[in-house]
Order: sequence, then structure tokens, then C-alpha cells
Amino acid sequence: MIFTDLNTVLPELILAIYAMGALMFAVYTGKDRTASVLIWVTALLMFGLGGWIAVQPEGAHTAFNGAFIDDGFSRFAKTLILWASGLVLLLSKEYLSRNDMLKFEFPILIALATVGMMMMVSAGDLMSLYMGLELQSLSLYVIAAFRRDSLRSTEAGLKYFVLGALASGMLLYGASFVYGTTGTTNFAGISSVVEGGGMSLGMVFGMVFMSVGLGFKISAAPFHMWTPDVYEGSPTPVTAFFASAPKVAAAGLFARVMHDAFGGATADWTQIIAFLSLVSMFLGAIAAIGQTNIKRLMAYSSIAHMGFALMGLASGTVEGVQALLIYMAIYVVMNIGTFAFILNMEKDGHAVTDIRSLGLYSKVSPGRALALTVLMFSLAGIPPLVGFMGKLFVLQAAVDAGMTWLAVAGVIASVIGAFYYLRIIYYIYFGTESDGLEVKMPTLHYITLIASAAIMVFGIINLFGLEAYAAAAAEALLK
Amino acid sequence: MDNLLSVVTFLPMLGAAVLLVFLRGDGEFEQRNAKLVALLATSLTFVVSIAIYTEFDPSDAGFQLVEEYKWIAGLTYKVGIDGISVLFVLLTTFLMPIVILACWGVSHRVKEYMVMFLILESLMIAVFCALDLVLFYVVFEAGLIPMFLIVGIWGGKDRVYAAFKFFLYTLLGSVLMLVAMLVMWYDAGTTDIPTLMNHQFAHEDFTLLGITVVGGLQTMLFLAFFASFAVKMPMWPVHTWLPDAHVQAPTAGSVVLAAILLKMGGYGFLRFSLPMFPVGTEVLSTFVMTLSVIAIIYTSLVALMQEDMKKLIAYSSVAHMGFVTMGIFAANKQGVDGAIFQMISHGFISGALFLGVGVIYDRMHTREIDAYGGLVMRMPVYALVFMFFTMANVGLPGTSGFVGEFLTLVGAFQANTWIAFGATTGVILSAGYALWLYRRVVFGDLIKASLMTITDMNSREKLMMAPLVFFTLLLGIYPALVLDLIGPSVDVLIENYDTATMGMADAMPAKATH
Repeated sequence: MIFTDLNTVLPELILAIYAMGALMFAVYTGKDRTASVLIWVTALLMFGLGGWIAVQPEGAHTAFNGAFIDDGFSRFAKTLILWASGLVLLLSKEYLSRNDMLKFEFPILIALATVGMMMMVSAGDLMSLYMGLELQSLSLYVIAAFRRDSLRSTEAGLKYFVLGALASGMLLYGASFVYGTTGTTNFAGISSVVEGGGMSLGMVFGMVFMSVGLGFKISAAPFHMWTPDVYEGSPTPVTAFFASAPKVAAAGLFARVMHDAFGGATADWTQIIAFLSLVSMFLGAIAAIGQTNIKRLMAYSSIAHMGFALMGLASGTVEGVQALLIYMAIYVVMNIGTFAFILNMEKDGHAVTDIRSLGLYSKVSPGRALALTVLMFSLAGIPPLVGFMGKLFVLQAAVDAGMTWLAVAGVIASVIGAFYYLRIIYYIYFGTESDGLEVKMPTLHYITLIASAAIMVFGIINLFGLEAYAAAAAEALLK
Repeated sequence: MDNLLSVVTFLPMLGAAVLLVFLRGDGEFEQRNAKLVALLATSLTFVVSIAIYTEFDPSDAGFQLVEEYKWIAGLTYKVGIDGISVLFVLLTTFLMPIVILACWGVSHRVKEYMVMFLILESLMIAVFCALDLVLFYVVFEAGLIPMFLIVGIWGGKDRVYAAFKFFLYTLLGSVLMLVAMLVMWYDAGTTDIPTLMNHQFAHEDFTLLGITVVGGLQTMLFLAFFASFAVKMPMWPVHTWLPDAHVQAPTAGSVVLAAILLKMGGYGFLRFSLPMFPVGTEVLSTFVMTLSVIAIIYTSLVALMQEDMKKLIAYSSVAHMGFVTMGIFAANKQGVDGAIFQMISHGFISGALFLGVGVIYDRMHTREIDAYGGLVMRMPVYALVFMFFTMANVGLPGTSGFVGEFLTLVGAFQANTWIAFGATTGVILSAGYALWLYRRVVFGDLIKASLMTITDMNSREKLMMAPLVFFTLLLGIYPALVLDLIGPSVDVLIENYDTATMGMADAMPAKATH
């Protein structure tokens, strides 16, 4: 019995044991001198695990009395999380060593956060949910403050910690309501109570508080306050990480809780999610207009994107979850490509975050400027780029679920949002010449940037088969 | 050839790919090569597209040369043409080599410039061929990207403002159409345009927020599509992006904008609004025709007051597009025939007028009307050509401009006498602004010192203009060339429309009130 359980959690187990082992190894050997090796090993392990999970046969397994679920949905999310984490980790190396931050703790913390994320998307019980969430969050708090000698970075870490702890508290509070009403922490048990007796007042309270906690983790407005500050203050590789894998994990967890535990009360929670989605889309679109700091801008951009992703969840259907997964996958690819560029925005050895420094960048480096332009249009959701396809899927799900009003609001918000992406293109192509950024860019970053832009262009042909995988994953969740 | 339409659609993009991959450097030699490759690609596309004309069977009202492949999410890549779209495809392929010739003088980022035009051509052809709702939306919207960059990078002084206004204005119009498309997809269960044309969307009245929507879902869908096409067209009062975009765009950009991009709006009305939402159209047709007449009169008056040549022609375009929408929403044979004819003819004439402005702008670097005068002394050939297109713009019998205006007026007269009455005054006003422009630029005494050394059109410029003159005359003298081609498809369109709206006139006394 225990061996089947352990077998089910094998990928998490491997990564967790590796993280411990790596920690010991680094502490007792070369400390920071091992950091670059560790980064490579961790990233390769993540790629390997992601690939391994991707080729697992169909079917669902549970472990530890249903506290851990390994199904098509979690495998889809885990593959995405592992690959995104691995790639961001590799991209970070150059930046960290340039800024004298190449410490061995970095890859280990990322690995631990990733274990937490894998746990989140596999959670089948309020306890495992909280464990996964906290493992992820605690690691993220630390790496947000990773640049110890920087006031901004420390502030970001502290801010994130305080607000994150508050959100975790809310989540726990909600979970206690749910436990008190149903007498179980298991999703399947909660679900049967919900289907049997409908939603009692205590359940509604519990669900609302849990939504608040999860809304915070996914940085949906109106629980987004931490996002711009943390994105701005954290070292850029950490920001890149925040904007990719943890978002997938939080979205996955959100879908998991809502459908697995509260699947019988769709009508109750779709309104909440629709509200979060609506507010996030508009806030992300409007608040970003005044930003000149590219990291803050990306923070608001991610809030708006989470709004769109939640639109898929708000429709409460299989198509909705499929749309959510497709959207997240596309979002992660776009974001990693963009951050591959942002990581190299430097002048005289100092990181530059002002978008005005991109003035006429197209003259400095036409190829990279073109790739970034493609990514910006894609983030804005302009066809024929893949970013549009993601929006198409969520809008379609919303319309099919009878939420045409949300779709209308979404497209209007996307037009407002298009403005600030266009503004970046404006600086690149039409602007006045600025002092200019440094031209050099490590090959890996260059390849990532170009590949991500190429995916956005050529993905229109068939989305690289993503649709079928996402459909299978969504069906697994709602079985 | 089975894939004729796809070949024509993607040939220009292939040219763009060749440029992007193989052409390096920015010297004079490379610039020349870029232009030659682009000219070759567009010319080749035109030559291949002649096969469309020969393969097309004008007696068949259905879609021809259809290709269909599976795409994502249950969508299809489906292309095909009927009598309504075939001419727009040919117009596009015909004008693009001329457009490329018009940018021969550009020396700033030539390669990118050519790439943008080639991509734009592919997208424009795809718009007119697309037979899948979402495919149509994708290519319709995608055209914004190259046009945004063309205006923004190679435009005039206020290019940034114009580019942003153009992009956001048209995007806002279009996204509502996207939602409407998704509703249609959900309602009909398909995105196949020919199927949707035969699908009956609900038209029972319903109440929304206390307002009774006459024509129900069809009216709502109509309005969403209207938001997009009216901006694209552009119709008064959402036309304000056009003068800005035209003035700031480089000559070639203006030509593409006026001659082809504006036609997408009219094409959209004919492809979607009339066949798919006949009841919605009928409910709002008087409203749209009223807007058209206001556009014709108001923008003609505004054109009279312009001091910038390009702005004047831009306003004149809005007025001429007013005739198009008036003809379309008259919803009878003459009106729709006239509207399509007017769009084709306006493609030649407005394209030529913008090229004409470009010719003197290249020499003097100003578009101020006051900076010119007496050009006939130094530029006799130019004066002749410009005179010809001024007359065509006014709608002189014998030129294609006359046929389109006349037919739309006949159509409008049958539908609503007062509308036709108002629109006819627009004909007079257009003679006013066009002839006055001509007088101020070409006639008068040659007193400005700067104009003393201006040279006449060179052979490249003559080569650009010659085919336009030829077709403007040909269609003016023998309009059956166009009308025979579009006839059967228009007949079917009108027939279906009349069937769907039969009995509505009695059932809805409040038709004209909004």
C-alpha cells in the first residue's frame, strides 16, 4: 500500500530528495562555487521529470487516502510547471553571476518551490493543499528577498511575506469553515456533501474565504496589491519566475479546488470568479498605462492575463478548464520569452527597467526588436499571434456558458490593455534614440527569445497539438 | 490547380520570407534588391491571380475554388470566392505592384518596408477569400499590425498619434465583432460562412435592460458587426481616424488604405450583415442610410475647407464610402451592384489621387495646397492625369466613378426618395471640392519660386498611372465587365434578403424610429 502511494508521488519525491541532497552537498563542499553546477543539474532534472510526467499513460491514481491526486490535469500542469521552472532557472544564471548573487541556495529554493507547486496541482485534500501552498510560498518569500543588500529586494520579500501570510490565514480560515460544516478535509468528501445538501451558509463563507486566499496567490484583483511592488523589488530572474510557474500552479489549484471540492455548486462560485476576472482584466489594463518601469508593467500585465485565465474558470465547464490550461501554457511561453529580454536590459553593468531606454532599439538590434515586438503583440492578443488564440478559447468558453457580458467586458479591457503593449513597440520602432542598452546577450537568452517569438507566430497553424492535451487534462479534472 | 487561392494568398508572404531570410545589409544595392524582390513577388501574384479570373465561372452564384482544411478548436481553414469577393481579390493583386512602384523613392529601412507591404497583401487577399468566421477575424485584425508599423515608422510628423489612433479605434470596433462571432458559433454550431448564410438567427423581439430590441438577436449581432465595419469603412461619425492616418501615412500606405483596406468594411456588410442578419439589417437600414447621407454631405463640406491635399482626398473617400453604404443598405439589385462597382472604382481612383499627391510631394515635400499653383506650366502630363482622376472622382460619365454613383443613387431612390435626394447634393459638392483643388494646384500663374524647377512625371510614375487610367476608362465605358461578374451572386443575395424580410414592412410600423 505504502509503496503504491510512494510510487504515485515519485516525481515530487525525487525532486524533494534531490533538493535536500543538493543542499547537503553544497554546504559540505564548495558552497557558492557549486552554484552554477547546481543550477544546471536542477534544471536538467526538472526538464527530465517534466518529460517523464508528460509521457505517463492516461489514468488517475490517488495516494494517501485521496490527499494526493495524480490525473491528467495534474500531469499537464506539472509538465508545464517543471519546464517553466527549469527554463527560468537556466536563464537566471547569467544575471545572478553578473550581479554577484550566484548563491547555491537559489536553485535549491526554486526546486523546493517547484515541489510545492507540484503538490498544489495534485492536492486532493485541504491539508495537502495547504502544505503545497506553504512550501511554495515560503520558498518564494525567501527568493523575493534574495538580494540581501538591496533595500528594494528586502522590502519586496517582507511585503510579500506579510501579505502572503494574511492570505494564507484567510485560506485557512475558509478551510476551517468548510471542515466544520462537512466534517472532512477530503475534496471528494466535501464534494459529496455539497452535492447532497447544497451549500449551507458555513460552506459559502468557507468557499468565499478560500477564494480570497487563492485569488491572492494568483494575483487577481482586488487582491493584487502585492504584485507590482514585489515584481519591481525582486531581482529580475525572480520576477521572471514569479510570472511563470507559480501562476500556473495557482491557477491549477484554483481549478482543482473549485471543481473537485465545490463541483456541485458551480452556480455559487462562478459568480465570484467572474467578478475576480472582470476586475482583474480592467485593473490590469488601466493601471499599467501610466507605468514606465517594465517590471511593474509586466506585473499589471500578469494581473490582466490572470483575469482572462479566470474567465475560463468562471464558465465552469470542461471547455472552460481547457481554455484556462491553454491560456496558461501560452502565457508562460510569452512571459518567459519577454523576460529573457528584460533580463538583459542593461547599461554600464547596471540593470535598466525604464521602458524609455528602449528608444529605437530596432536600430541597435533588429532581430531582437522584432522578436520582442511579436511578443508584445501576442501579449496584447492581436491575431494572428498565438496570444490571440488563448483569448479566443477563454472567450468562447465564456460565451458558451452564457456569460456573454463577461466576454464583452474582456474584449474591451483587452483594447485598453493593447495601448501599453503598443507603447513599448512605440519606443522600439518610432521613439527617439536613447542612450541605448548594451547589445550583448547570452546565446541561451537569445535562443529563448527568438524561439518564443517563433512559437507565437507559427503556433497559429495548430498550436502544436496543445488543444488535445488540454482537452484531455480538463476532462480528467471534471471526469 | 486545386490550391489556386492559397497560392495567391501566400505568394506575397513567401516573398516576405525570402526578404527576411536572405537579404542582409542596408546598402544601396540591398535596398534596390529588396524593392525588386517585392515587385517580383507582387507581380507574380498578380499574374497567378489572373488564373482566378479565368477559372471563375460568372454564371455560378455559389462559392468556387473552395479549399478546406481542419484547423484548431473545430475551426477550418476554408477559402473560396463568389461573385462578391472575386473582384476584391483581383483589385488587391492588381494594385500591389503599383504600390510597390510607388515606394521606389524610399530609402529608410527599405527591407522592412517591403516586408510589411508583402505581409499586408497576403492578409488582405485572405480577408476576401476567408470562408470561416474566425479565420476571417484573424486575417481582418492581423492587417492592423503591418499598417500600424507602416504609419508609425515611415509616416509623417504626427505619425505616432495617427498610428495609435488607427490601431485602437479599429481594434475597439473589431473586438465586439469577435464576441458576436462567438455567439453565432454557439448558436449555429459552426463557423462555416456558407452554412451561416443559410442559418436563421433568432429575430424575435426581446427586452434588455428595459429596452425592447426590435429584431432580437439579429439586431444585436448586426450592431456588433456594424461597430467593426463602420469604423473600417469608415462611416460618419466614426471616421475621424481616417484623415489622420491618411495624412501621416507614406504615399504607398495611403494608397493601400484608401484603395483596399477601406473596402473590407463594405465587403463585410455584404458578406455578413445582409445575408446573415437580414431582419437586423432591415430594422436598421434607414438609420444606416441616414448616416451615409450625413457622411456624404458633411464630409464633402469638410473637404471643401481642407488645406492639406491628402486630407482633402481622405474626406472625399469618406464621402464616396457614404455612397457605398447607402447602396448596400438600399438592399436592392441596383444599390448593391452600384456599391460593389463604386468600391472597385474608388480603388482605382482614390489610389491614383493619392499617387498623384505623392508625385508632387516627392518633389516639394509639402502637401499644402497653398504651396502649389500653375503646375500645368511645368508638368503638362501630370496636369492631364490629375485632371482625368479629378473628373473620375467627381463622377464624370465615361469614367468608372459615374457608374457606381449613378447605380447607388438609383438603388437608394427606390428605397427612400429623401435619402437619394440628400445624396445627390453630395455629387454637386464633390464637384466643388475636387475642381477647386484642381484649380488651386494646377491652374493659376506659376509664381512660386520653388516651383520653377519642378519636373514632370518620370517614366516610373507614368507606368504607375497608366493601368489605373486604362481601367478607370474601361469600366466607365463598359461596366458590364464588372456587373456580369457580380450579377448572379448579388441576385441570390437580394433574393434571400427579400425572402427573409418579407412581411416585415407591415409587421413593424416603428421601423424607422430608433
